[in-house]
Amino acid sequence: MNYKALHKKGTVQLLLGLLMGIIFGFLLQKGGVTEYDVIIGQLLLYDFTVLKVIFSAVLVGMVGLYILHHFDLITYHIIKGSVGATVIGGLIFGIGFGLLGYCPGTAAGALGQGWLDALFGGIIGLIIGTGIFAALYPRLLFILNYREFTKPTLYEWFRVKPCIFICFYAAGILVFFYLLEMAGL
Amino acid sequence: MIIELITMQQWSPYLAGAGIGILAWFTFLLSDKGLGCSTSYLKTCGMVESGLTRGRSREKLYYKEFIPSVDWQWMLVIGIIIGAFISSILSGTFRLGIVPETFGARFGFDPVIRFIIAFIGGVLMGLGARWARGCTSGHGISGNMQLSTASLVASVCFFAGGIGTALIIYSL
Repeated sequence: MNYKALHKKGTVQLLLGLLMGIIFGFLLQKGGVTEYDVIIGQLLLYDFTVLKVIFSAVLVGMVGLYILHHFDLITYHIIKGSVGATVIGGLIFGIGFGLLGYCPGTAAGALGQGWLDALFGGIIGLIIGTGIFAALYPRLLFILNYREFTKPTLYEWFRVKPCIFICFYAAGILVFFYLLEMAGL
Repeated sequence: MIIELITMQQWSPYLAGAGIGILAWFTFLLSDKGLGCSTSYLKTCGMVESGLTRGRSREKLYYKEFIPSVDWQWMLVIGIIIGAFISSILSGTFRLGIVPETFGARFGFDPVIRFIIAFIGGVLMGLGARWARGCTSGHGISGNMQLSTASLVASVCFFAGGIGTALIIYSL
């Protein structure tokens, strides 16, 4: 099966993007995370739906990707990070997250189920915010490159094989879920 | 059974999350990409700017790295809107709204206040997402499942900033 030839087919990829987006939006909505009330409940620490969705996706995703990668069926796309880019950018994002109560993906989903604040506040704001970054980018380079992370993956810090790391990470996620359920959250 | 599932108002978050995990296998396998959203907003801005400046804005350094165009990820975000619409129609939960319950109870139900705060949040989030090179999807979901150092650090910062901001604005 020469599915890798698919990657270069432009129109097919646009249709696949749309189809995968529809599935993604469907799952986000069914998971409840396209609701401001649910997301802000997570940030105020009384509703853990958001972290349950994220960590379930990470758990299932990382095991599958590892197996696919092991058989050379996929390529990983790991984003490089640095203190200047990841920490500062992450905290700016976080402040926006607390004010907006949606993230870039769930804002689109919230609009789909009828929330107009996700459009006029959120999506318009996101478009302008990313544009501001594009305008500032040449002047931010020295911050963005400040203290790059020397090890791109987590298992390198622990000097273990990826599969060993995945076992511990998966166990950690399951313990986290167990504790959440025990605490009735 | 299937009909019941797709018309349900809400699934267990574990089930929805596991579904997203499986979806991610296919984004890598069929499209050689991870789930991500924030560059779609950037590209939208880039296409608008390009239209307004008759293409001169394409000279910007960042738009040379991320060429403003309709691509896989842009279609993904359009798909999210459609998918959430379908899901909410099938479960009968679609309705137009402006001020969410929790927000209204704290800040009042005036749409203008909600729009202003959401807009400021959106601008900061857009800026931060490109600054950090990813969002809750790109880092939080698909970055973390690739065991990326940057994605874990970014996710911790997203939630640290978000929890701090939410606690401040809801307790002041």
